[in-house]
Amino acid sequence: MAVTGKLSCSTVLIGGAVMLGLVLATAASTGAYPISASQLWRVLVSIGQAGTVPSPEYMVFVNIRLPRLALGLVAGIGLGMAGTLLQGIFRNPLADPGLIGISSGAALAAGITIVLGASLWPELPRTLGSWTLVTMAFGGGFLVTLLIYGLSQNEGGTRMAMMLLAGIAVNALAGAGLGLLSVMATDEQLRSLQFWLLGSLGGARWSAVALVGAIVAVACGLGLALARPLNAIALGEAQAALLGVPVERTKRLAVLVTALAVGAVTAATGIIGFIGLVAPHWVRLVAGPDHRVVLPGSALLGAALVLAADGVARTIVQPAELPLGVLTAFIGVPLFLAMLRQFRSKV
Amino acid sequence: MNRRDILRFLAATSGVAGWPAFAQSGSSLPRLVTISGAITEVVYLLGAEGQLVGTDTTSLYPAAALRTPKVGYMRQLSAEGLLSLRPDAVIATTESGPPVVLDQLRSAGVRLELVVADHTWGEVQRKVQAVGRASARDAQARALQARLDDEWSALQASVASAGGRKPRVLFVLSHSASPQVAGEKTAAHAVIGFAGGINCVGGFNGYRPMTAEAMARAAPDVILTSSQSIEAHGGLEKFWERPELALTPAYRNRALITQDALLLLGFGPRLPAAMTDLHRRLQAT
Repeated sequence: MAVTGKLSCSTVLIGGAVMLGLVLATAASTGAYPISASQLWRVLVSIGQAGTVPSPEYMVFVNIRLPRLALGLVAGIGLGMAGTLLQGIFRNPLADPGLIGISSGAALAAGITIVLGASLWPELPRTLGSWTLVTMAFGGGFLVTLLIYGLSQNEGGTRMAMMLLAGIAVNALAGAGLGLLSVMATDEQLRSLQFWLLGSLGGARWSAVALVGAIVAVACGLGLALARPLNAIALGEAQAALLGVPVERTKRLAVLVTALAVGAVTAATGIIGFIGLVAPHWVRLVAGPDHRVVLPGSALLGAALVLAADGVARTIVQPAELPLGVLTAFIGVPLFLAMLRQFRSKV
Repeated sequence: MNRRDILRFLAATSGVAGWPAFAQSGSSLPRLVTISGAITEVVYLLGAEGQLVGTDTTSLYPAAALRTPKVGYMRQLSAEGLLSLRPDAVIATTESGPPVVLDQLRSAGVRLELVVADHTWGEVQRKVQAVGRASARDAQARALQARLDDEWSALQASVASAGGRKPRVLFVLSHSASPQVAGEKTAAHAVIGFAGGINCVGGFNGYRPMTAEAMARAAPDVILTSSQSIEAHGGLEKFWERPELALTPAYRNRALITQDALLLLGFGPRLPAAMTDLHRRLQAT
């Protein structure tokens, strides 16, 4: 299928990778704890070398800043790719991972854990420890997505319109559930829930990064394989079926990949909005609608956006920090609108 | 395998063996970060404000505390931000978080003093002791402790000798459109008891909204609120215009006591003075 758009596939991918590299380098060298360029170089060189006594800069970078950068990278890749997949199967550029209930399901599960966890499952923290909230949030997001997917099935397969409506309904129910939990919560629980909902990379540990990274890597592998089927589905589901594309399997796989990637990311970071909506649209504006370009491109752009937003979040009010979800909206929206103005004719 | 073991395992897998000391070893006094308005007040009373390098957003008293670097809200701290202040000790309550950040601080060699907040006089004593330990001013802390204990005993004696009359008090928290009242297991509930009153609502924990009928049935003699709540309403007149209050005995007598929120509910070293003042004003209604 010919690529239509201003830039070619390799330009977009190489440009995206270069931009991501620059953002990563900037984010690595900024932070509340001052680490000069030469200190950073020494830290990077000494990673993996045994025997040397680690400096404070090494410890701050390797144990606090670097896992945060890694989690941001993984989160952006997962969110960007999931947004593209959903926009592909819904055939609508306004689709966003929140539509199929992952965010609200994870939020509801997190709320239940924070507010009712002590009374309902007192044994759980003993077995899962600090992983309790992450596991519950992932499970909740996955279950709610499964519910919405199940509600959208009929004899003909998955009806996307039904999925949209079921998503709206279940999201509203989850919202009501969260409201009820807010009434039942103590002050401390309410504040904890509130900050979880706003999203943050502050809880990044290498163990969490490894787990989320593994899940997002698997999701990406599966997602990239959907590029060609999604290109066909863009013509219409009936046309794609006539072209021999397994439409139902594609939709099911897209929902599964989204649930995995966004579920894992949301469980680890809370709710980071807007990336899944903006990144694919932006890539499409410069490179056209071919999913073989848009899927990897929005992964790269999503990662760059998350890292940029997090860099601002942890330095702008230092030594305090802002929640990430707030920053992704404040940074994403103006850039998105600027892009829209420039490419008005292509929208 | 309990939570501590899991955390140790996770810390070990992130390669934390052999953290260098962030502390300034040597002659200078320990650098302190305090997370809680009450704990910050203790630091100033011990004369250790020179050692204070950061406070949280609830540290509003004395006025000098407003000019220290702010590390954010106590439940959403930033590890790198805190470490950039090069603290030797962080003194906080057990409500602080997130837990990952506290672990990272401990691993960095920062002394973490966590005070259990249970709304008793013991909480204030623990705060004084924790600050004394962390700031290497144990002697001053013991002196302050003794003085505060004397004030507290005097308060308890005067409350006990005040006789049988215990006014029915309702604490109203009202920073937004829907006011909430304090049930049990709140700082306000404990404070009402200390000052010789009775919380006229019970049977639930925490702060809850209350309907006008329920407030009328509770029949408080006095409304207790923070001065910040009155300001949020736009003044005393506007506060009394609230329909829920109109059916209460307190409304008939315009019986209202206001105190600054941190003074009243902070469980800091000013608690004996605050309670003495509250007790006196309750007896006057």
